[in-house]
Amino acid sequence: MADPENGNPLSRGLVCPTPLSAEERVLLAHGGGGRLTHELIERLFLPAFRNDLLSRRHDGAVFDLGGSRLAITTDSYVVQPLFFPGGDIGTLAVNGTVNDLAMCGARPLYLSAGFILEEGLPLQLLEQIVISMRRAADLAGVTIVTGDTKVVDRGKGDGIFINTTGIGLLEHSLVIAPDRLLPGDQILINGDLGRHGIAIMASREGLNLETVIESDCAALNGVVGDLIRAGIEIHCLRDLTRGGLASALVELAEAAHRHLEIDESGIAVREDVQGACEILGLDPLHLANEGRFLVVVPANDAPRTLDLLRRTPTGTTAAIIGHVAESGPSRVTLKTRLGTTRIVEMLSGEQLPRIC
Amino acid sequence: MKFLDEYRDPTAARELARAIDRIATRPWTIMEICGGQTHSIVRYGITEMLPEGVTLVHGPGCPVCVTPLGLIDQAILIASRPEVIFCSFGDMLRVPGSRNNLQRVKATGGDVRVVYSPLDCLKIARENPEREIVFFAIGFETTAPANAMAVAQAAELGIDNFSILVSHVLVPSAMEAILDDRENRVAGFLAAGHVCAIMGLGQYHSLAARYRVPIVVTGFEPLDLLQGILMCLRQLEDSRHEVENQYARSVRPEGNPAAQRLIEQVFTVTDRHWRGIGLIPQSGLRLTADYDRFDAIKRFHLSIAEPPESTICISGRIMRGLDRPADCPAFGRDCRPEHPLGAPMVSSEGACAAYFTYTHQGHSTG
Repeated sequence: MADPENGNPLSRGLVCPTPLSAEERVLLAHGGGGRLTHELIERLFLPAFRNDLLSRRHDGAVFDLGGSRLAITTDSYVVQPLFFPGGDIGTLAVNGTVNDLAMCGARPLYLSAGFILEEGLPLQLLEQIVISMRRAADLAGVTIVTGDTKVVDRGKGDGIFINTTGIGLLEHSLVIAPDRLLPGDQILINGDLGRHGIAIMASREGLNLETVIESDCAALNGVVGDLIRAGIEIHCLRDLTRGGLASALVELAEAAHRHLEIDESGIAVREDVQGACEILGLDPLHLANEGRFLVVVPANDAPRTLDLLRRTPTGTTAAIIGHVAESGPSRVTLKTRLGTTRIVEMLSGEQLPRIC
Repeated sequence: MKFLDEYRDPTAARELARAIDRIATRPWTIMEICGGQTHSIVRYGITEMLPEGVTLVHGPGCPVCVTPLGLIDQAILIASRPEVIFCSFGDMLRVPGSRNNLQRVKATGGDVRVVYSPLDCLKIARENPEREIVFFAIGFETTAPANAMAVAQAAELGIDNFSILVSHVLVPSAMEAILDDRENRVAGFLAAGHVCAIMGLGQYHSLAARYRVPIVVTGFEPLDLLQGILMCLRQLEDSRHEVENQYARSVRPEGNPAAQRLIEQVFTVTDRHWRGIGLIPQSGLRLTADYDRFDAIKRFHLSIAEPPESTICISGRIMRGLDRPADCPAFGRDCRPEHPLGAPMVSSEGACAAYFTYTHQGHSTG
């Protein structure tokens, strides 16, 4: 940590690895969950707010308070369209934050909800969204206990933005974090990839696909609770959101300073999702998900973990997709179906459909 | 995806790799033309399956990558005008001009939209009669028919607030430029399947005969590529130089005559500057006199200058098959997909970007 005695403590803490230039602007890709998001955090937020809890770079912060272990996390939701097959911005706003708490190994308890509404938003629409939130909260077993409402001028918001913050309780002695990864640990995923990404893209861009692909949006605290109660020695959990499986794996490898080896044949992608990817030139590994997560466990716990994941209604295609290597650089390699290997990289910008 | 799975079958792939291994008695360098093929080769690790002497080099076939810097600067100027709705295929947005890119124009208030088809622009033009709708018409022969159709329809329907910024390039002229290079070491080509689906095989027969080079029209799936390589090697080992069609499920010898007629109606052949390579005579398309009122350069009274490219980047040599991405001193260091210096790092189909994303070579700094 920089010496705060010399000069302005904030600007001293804000020394970036590469200085920010006056021409740089926030791009949509800075919010895409890929390399640029990562860069923004590394260059701006981490140096500015530097502290031990933040530096762990988990989905939320875990800390002791009055004899209890608590987790806190926050997330904002700016999705368009507001309603899409399989969910809406309300279900996302509840499940997303519930899932971030679950990834800390916490039992989600309370949520706050902040609404930024655009002037002119039909109240009926807002009502539908709020009802969705209530339904999702009931399903996940959390209570929305405080909130805030702001309205911005017409044209200055996209209908509705929602922020939710969640608090949860850790009722076990496991330490769930990237630095717990050990060589030989197995990496599991709770099902097929990419349904949320394609559902959003198809409804946003008006793509007429043969079938309606529904988002996989779901709360994960139930299944995580099952794993904890079953005594699985969970080393790490990570939900797959905007940057997809690729970003989650690369972040995990970098945070854990471990080499991860993934086998493509274990990764399930539904036929219709794969078809949409072929048309749009997208890699399913980079597609967004809202109900999928990785769990890393010691090899002897892997079969039981797989069995528990598969028992959930959305987990029938759960699989062991790889392991933590004995040694090697902090990156992810993928064994392709052809038996060749390639590396897995984070998406470097926004996911853009290719030309041909 | 049953149809596609057939072309990704591991057992069949291994059999083809064994056949390639048996047939190759000497070192050979083969170039695949299309960026889609490069992407598949690297994504599926095809090079790993080839014997040591067989080298694949990656051609200039990513239209996003070869769009000249000067034209991108003009696109940025047009997109920054308040009356303009600038429409583009998605992956053009990130391409750096000499000082800016379209994504940043969008971030600073420009109306830049991603479309999936140029015909979508006509709809936008009708819905916004007070605005000027400009489409960035880039691509090889593959995208030319749809772009021609958009212009022809605009003319027919009297949609006057629509224009296109044309950067169409043609594959055979690029192949000629590569073969004419004194340093050339490409012994055979995998021609771009989708380009041939439009244009047919006609133009390639004279190329193969004149330069005594085998040309195999090839698809994009792993088995297509392996079979294309095998067919090309067979010709090389037998000292043959023919045009063969591996991708017969999509490519007819005569191509798509209706699409060809549409291209001829709207476009005419012209000299084009290729980013990273330079000017290639008769290597592109421009609007014919009948349609040049739809030319965005004319409509906005612009002229195109070619600003200098990065001096470190060796993309021109990479796209001519003389060097590989890892030979570049900037690769993976100063030049990365989020901050590309040169053409092939720009689109996911560019050779450098594909290598960066899928191989270890871009990550030597750990």
